[in-house]
Amino acid sequence: MSSDSSRHIWTIAKRELSGYFNSPVAYVFIVIFLLLNGFFTFMLGGFFELGEASLSKPFFSWHPWLYLFLVPAAGMRLWSEERRVGTLELLLTYPIAPWEAILGKFIASWIFLAIALGLTFPVVLTVGYLGSPDLGAILAGYLGSFLLAGAYLAVTVMTSALTRNQVVSFILSVVICFFLILAGWEPVTNLLVRWAPDTIVNLVASFSVMPHFGNFQRGVVDLRDLLFFASVIVFSLFGTGVILRGLRGA
Amino acid sequence: MIIVENLVKEFGPKRAVNSVSFTVNRGEILGFLGPNGAGKSTTMRMITGYIPPTSGRVSVGGNDLSENPIPAKKLIGYLPESAPCYSDMTVHGFLSFAAEMRGMRGRTIQDAIQRVASLCFLEGVLHQSVDTLSKGYRHRTCFAQSIIHDPEVLVLDEPTDGLDPNQKHEVRQLIKRMGEKKAIIFSTHILEEVEAVCSRAIIIDRGTVVANGTPAELKARSENAGLVRVRISGGTVDAVKGKLTGLMTAGRVQVQSEGASITARIQPRERALAGELARAVGDAASQSGWKLEELHTEEGRLDEVFRSITLPDTVKRTE
Ligand SMILES: Nc1ncnc2c1ncn2[C@@H]1O[C@H](COP(=O)(O)OP(=O)(O)O)[C@@H](O)[C@H]1O
Ligand SMILES: [Mg+2]
Repeated sequence: MSSDSSRHIWTIAKRELSGYFNSPVAYVFIVIFLLLNGFFTFMLGGFFELGEASLSKPFFSWHPWLYLFLVPAAGMRLWSEERRVGTLELLLTYPIAPWEAILGKFIASWIFLAIALGLTFPVVLTVGYLGSPDLGAILAGYLGSFLLAGAYLAVTVMTSALTRNQVVSFILSVVICFFLILAGWEPVTNLLVRWAPDTIVNLVASFSVMPHFGNFQRGVVDLRDLLFFASVIVFSLFGTGVILRGLRGA
Repeated sequence: MIIVENLVKEFGPKRAVNSVSFTVNRGEILGFLGPNGAGKSTTMRMITGYIPPTSGRVSVGGNDLSENPIPAKKLIGYLPESAPCYSDMTVHGFLSFAAEMRGMRGRTIQDAIQRVASLCFLEGVLHQSVDTLSKGYRHRTCFAQSIIHDPEVLVLDEPTDGLDPNQKHEVRQLIKRMGEKKAIIFSTHILEEVEAVCSRAIIIDRGTVVANGTPAELKARSENAGLVRVRISGGTVDAVKGKLTGLMTAGRVQVQSEGASITARIQPRERALAGELARAVGDAASQSGWKLEELHTEEGRLDEVFRSITLPDTVKRTE
């Protein structure tokens, strides 16, 4: 990547990030994220009753569901707002490549989500205070959660390029991410095996975030899972590029 | 600087721009005229590289927009039709972002912001959030964004739209001043603007260029162009009519008395003879001992030309 490209990407990312933190929405978002995390972990997750020094079940297992709504909410405006206001015409006539803008926006949102995720550190402190957790497993869980957020976000980036309406972009993204969960969610796969052969069910499930996130959640970092998330992200961002080009060519 | 060749843009079955060609050189200000929906914005979007043409070619500073977009885009400053701005930023933040996107850094950015802020009268609102600005200020903020890198080529889509008369005047002066060193193309449907600012004008209608020339040349296509009006005292209607009709260069002559004086409208036999006709009328008056109170040659009017070229289609369209 040339230094010009990285400068363009960073300029755009910086603008988006300051956009987040200049508006109260970002703080509201983070507070809601932390409150929900606390609620799920300590109330529904039965953190204290489990009596084990692990975050896998009580904390990370909620993230696919939590992100299902929060990540689309954080990313829905990225392109749809540019389209609605017309600034897309400015952005794409600056002397930059469109993929630099796509990447810049994605990175900014991902950093924002990482900050929100990072602010859950008191959970780690709590579990460390109560017992002696496997720190490696916790780190793996965080890495998985970060990648999961990135995958949902990339989908949202793509849906937000499809429409000038943020709400539509949000709904589309939730629907797609929901499928990414369901295809490999155990209650669904358990149902599916009654109708279809195992190989088919496994194939469908392999497109889901669940088995891949599950490994991280258990503290296992596998190259194949890393590749899975990387390909969802690359595919969605590439799709965004195609959509943006289609918009202008139509 | 700008070369446009046989540019075509189709949206589905609809041809929005139909084989448009023109060039704009440094030091030229090209006015792009046409009724709503004529294809002005679409043409400008292709020049700035926002949308690709269906066929045809645009080159800016020798760089083909589809083969070599980045160097071409570097040369261009662009004010889109709706003057969009990032409204969650301050004016300063937005201009600074635009400067960074143009590859500027550090001190240069601050200097550039000061320069465009003073050109566009934004000094008082630099640290105000864009979404708190009135429409005129927002418009000038986007204008400022387009000239932040002092571009060699400026593409302005209705740059005076939504401004009050004073602001319109200021922006026209600004364009005119910048036009000395840049190649500028701007669209408008305000005809006086073309006369006040442009060195050349193109009229486009339903995607096709229907006229291309200096404002004076275009005006000369007007029906009344070259018409000589005089007011005379000291003669009779018949004598005046006889004398003027007898002139070599005169075509149709209308004479009527108006109080103590007589007014006449003399059409030149041919448009090219307009200058001679005026002189001949003056000579005829002094030979006959009439007092010439007023003599005036019509230049023709741009709005007349505009209407005569584009109206028939507009009428057809609304039917
Ligand atoms: N993205 C688009 N999709 C379909 N039709 C379009 C699009 N953009 C412009 N048009 C059509 O192309 C024609 C020219 O539009 P435009 O260039 O905006 O005209 P002008 O700027 O001269 O008013 C109009 O009939 C308009 O409806
Ligand atoms: Mg227009």
